[in-house]
Amino acid sequence: MWVDLIVIGVKLAFGLVVLLTTVPIMVWVERRGSALIQDRLGPNRVGPLGLFQPIVDVVKLLAKEVITPAGVRPLLYILAPAIAVIVALSTFIAIPIGKDSGLELFGHAVNGFIVAPDLNIGLLYVFAIASFGVYPLLLAGWSSDNKYALLGGVRASAQAISYEIAMIIAIVGVLMSSGTLRLQQIVDAQSGVWMGFLPHWNVFSQPIGALIFMVAVFAETNRLPFDLPEADAELVAGYHTEYSSIRFAAFYMSEYLHMTVAASLVTVLFLGGWNLPWIDIPFEGWAGALLSMGVFGIKVATLLWFFVWVRWTLPRFRYDQLMALGWKVMVPLAVLNFLWVGVAMALGYM
Amino acid sequence: MTVSDPETTAQAQLADLLPEPEKLGIEVGPDGIVEITADRSRVIEVLRTLRDRPELDCNLLLDICGVDYPDRDKRFEVVYHLTSLGADHRFRVKVPVAEDDPNVPTAYGIWKAADWFEREAWDLFGIRFDGHPNLRRILTHEAFQGHALRKDYDPEQRWILTEAETMVPEWATEIVENGGDFETQILNLGPSHPATHGTIRTVVRLDGEVITRAECEIGYLHRCFEKMSETHGWNEIIPYTDRLNYCSSMINGVGYALGVEQMLDIEAPPRAQAVRLILSEFSRIMDHAVCLGANLVDLGALTNFWYFFQPREEIYSLLESCAGGRLTVSYTRIGGLAHDVPADFEERVRFLLGYIPKFIDDVDKLITGNRIFRDRTEGIGALSAEEAVAWGWTGPCLRACGVPYDLRRVRPYLGYENYEFDVPVATTGDCYARYLVRLEEMRQSLRIIEQAIDRVPDGPVITDNHHVALPPKSKVYSEMEALIWHFKLIYDGIKVPAGACYSATEGANGELGYYLVSDGTGHPYRIKVRPPCFAIFQAYPHMLEGHLLADAIAILGSLNIIAGELDR
Repeated sequence: MWVDLIVIGVKLAFGLVVLLTTVPIMVWVERRGSALIQDRLGPNRVGPLGLFQPIVDVVKLLAKEVITPAGVRPLLYILAPAIAVIVALSTFIAIPIGKDSGLELFGHAVNGFIVAPDLNIGLLYVFAIASFGVYPLLLAGWSSDNKYALLGGVRASAQAISYEIAMIIAIVGVLMSSGTLRLQQIVDAQSGVWMGFLPHWNVFSQPIGALIFMVAVFAETNRLPFDLPEADAELVAGYHTEYSSIRFAAFYMSEYLHMTVAASLVTVLFLGGWNLPWIDIPFEGWAGALLSMGVFGIKVATLLWFFVWVRWTLPRFRYDQLMALGWKVMVPLAVLNFLWVGVAMALGYM
Repeated sequence: MTVSDPETTAQAQLADLLPEPEKLGIEVGPDGIVEITADRSRVIEVLRTLRDRPELDCNLLLDICGVDYPDRDKRFEVVYHLTSLGADHRFRVKVPVAEDDPNVPTAYGIWKAADWFEREAWDLFGIRFDGHPNLRRILTHEAFQGHALRKDYDPEQRWILTEAETMVPEWATEIVENGGDFETQILNLGPSHPATHGTIRTVVRLDGEVITRAECEIGYLHRCFEKMSETHGWNEIIPYTDRLNYCSSMINGVGYALGVEQMLDIEAPPRAQAVRLILSEFSRIMDHAVCLGANLVDLGALTNFWYFFQPREEIYSLLESCAGGRLTVSYTRIGGLAHDVPADFEERVRFLLGYIPKFIDDVDKLITGNRIFRDRTEGIGALSAEEAVAWGWTGPCLRACGVPYDLRRVRPYLGYENYEFDVPVATTGDCYARYLVRLEEMRQSLRIIEQAIDRVPDGPVITDNHHVALPPKSKVYSEMEALIWHFKLIYDGIKVPAGACYSATEGANGELGYYLVSDGTGHPYRIKVRPPCFAIFQAYPHMLEGHLLADAIAILGSLNIIAGELDR
């Protein structure tokens, strides 16, 4: 019993450290990356290559005065950024980040590189929690007593509804082909080759599903071209207009946490997790475990860079165009993917 | 130009087509524009005939302004400037108005463009325009007392503004009073809003995110340019002109200098003309780069902003090497330029000619075909050619509506007639069309510079007329006469002969007009700037209705509103 708790404690600590470390790294990547794309230098003064810039940013944000404007609804106003971080962190516990080949820690089975290994509804859990992600935006927008914030909150809720439907339908295809809700088993189902020459990753067998999921993920994380709740040119800063200091930092942090979680999910669901293409490595022992985590990490990092790349390339959608895309294009396409998987399975291709 | 000029005579004869011409005062002004002096009871009839008679065809109202002559029997003069887009003739209509009864019928029924121009004349001179739908102050605050451009207004007095209340349109408060309607809300876009890129306030009524009504308030950046000009020497005004459209300051100075030179009947030396032209075209490129870059930022495409700012910095370096300043150059002087260009001028220009196209092409490739961008701009803020003309639009915005009116082509100055360039025209009149026109104009400007740099003549850069320009320092130290010229010019300033002149140049936003009135002293009697974006922006609230909030931002960016010239 105690050992179980310790193992879970270690895993939690490990997950938290990994996840929270990605935030400053991503802030740095975003700032330097956007500078690279835009033919600028970016922050290059604090530390080598400006690597310590995110730390300075955090210190600056923490040192700022926490302002609660008059007219806000205090409880919701304070709760909103907290929920944002909690939601982003709690989705991560169902995501496996490496291959466990029956390893032991303190004489006890590690039971997978996942905080909650026995969760047999892993995928369901992830999306149930992730759907909470819209509440902090809505609450922040509504409780701020600011018209721009309110518009941002309303946009966030409308956007979440229109994109989650397509996203869930797209995932049903993955569920059908792998036959499980456990994310570890979904990854295992993607090893080997498909049709004789392609890696057996879902991105190849269900390209439409993967595309829809990817687009929906952009909408879920409120990144350009779907950053309408924020839309800095139109809504000043959208739902977090009235936030300052650590509360603002919490929103800022949750955006990057969401990105990391989303990239991990895409990796697990469509990019074969830690599976290498065409090479079948059993990932034995601790070395194998580290290797699998490395492969997983590289895939996530590539996706994260893709997020950054897209943000600094595309213009922003308009509210109604975004809704039209969600309902009129993505939902039908997701259904098409669903049909494709069904037919392919019936014919024995999958 | 003199009256005997056959072209001008022909134009004067056109004025005979007006109803009862014998009762109107018709003469040719010193700038060759036919002046028609009409009584206020007949002004509407005259203006309407000028617009509607096919031979006259003055469809574009350029400007309405007031001039104050306290010594005259009828103290004020309302001056209308009109142009024909097809036939290239211009008319100036003057209406004398008495101080005790300062009423003139509004021209709003003929041209919508009269809207803000008449409000400005009311604000600054106290001339009432009967029948104007919304005759409120525009550049000064509602609580301002008196009319600032009247000659007897004392600029020393200070008004303490005690009320914090700013403009709340009647229709906005109506909704609040009616109550119970949760569907609509009033939203203030500005004066401090990320997309206004300056200080402009737009009040919109939102139904969800659809704008059902809008109204603008400007004047936050009013710096009394016109009032200040009346107490400065002619050359001292050039730094102020830089601050009108600060994105392309060179063009403003050149336009002003050309007007004064016309009044003095002198011409800048050919070398100065060529340099003015090259730097003006570079300024146009910068202005368009800022406009497009900012517009794209508002649409979420931040990267393009930096692509445009890179060449802009390089152009500023060229300007800096010529003038010493970057943003506000103060390089023009009446009669030429402040000093000659640096020795490596040609080399720098050729470098830029090779450097800039890459950045334009980058944005072109990234944006022009982008589906999101096209969806957001096509059909957004579309205006038909007739409407655009009625609102007094000029420049790229008018050309995006399909009217190929470019002063560089129609009334060439600085020798534009000697260069080959196209006037890009789009047809749809929407944000996308404005984007395309601006992008192509940047390329055409490069084309003009390419030809011009081969033809920069040698010689002086400022006129040797020492009534206007200082003699060179070496002569001042060695020759008695030069010393006297120097002394006279420093003490008395340039004495521009009495008269009036309307100088028009193609600014980056459209026709930049200076209506200059001199009384023969060393100061201008009245300077009225016709800022192109003033006419363009007055259509903005009307364009918003039915659009989404996000469109309002896209339209604002595509019109290129520069608060510096809007508010003066």
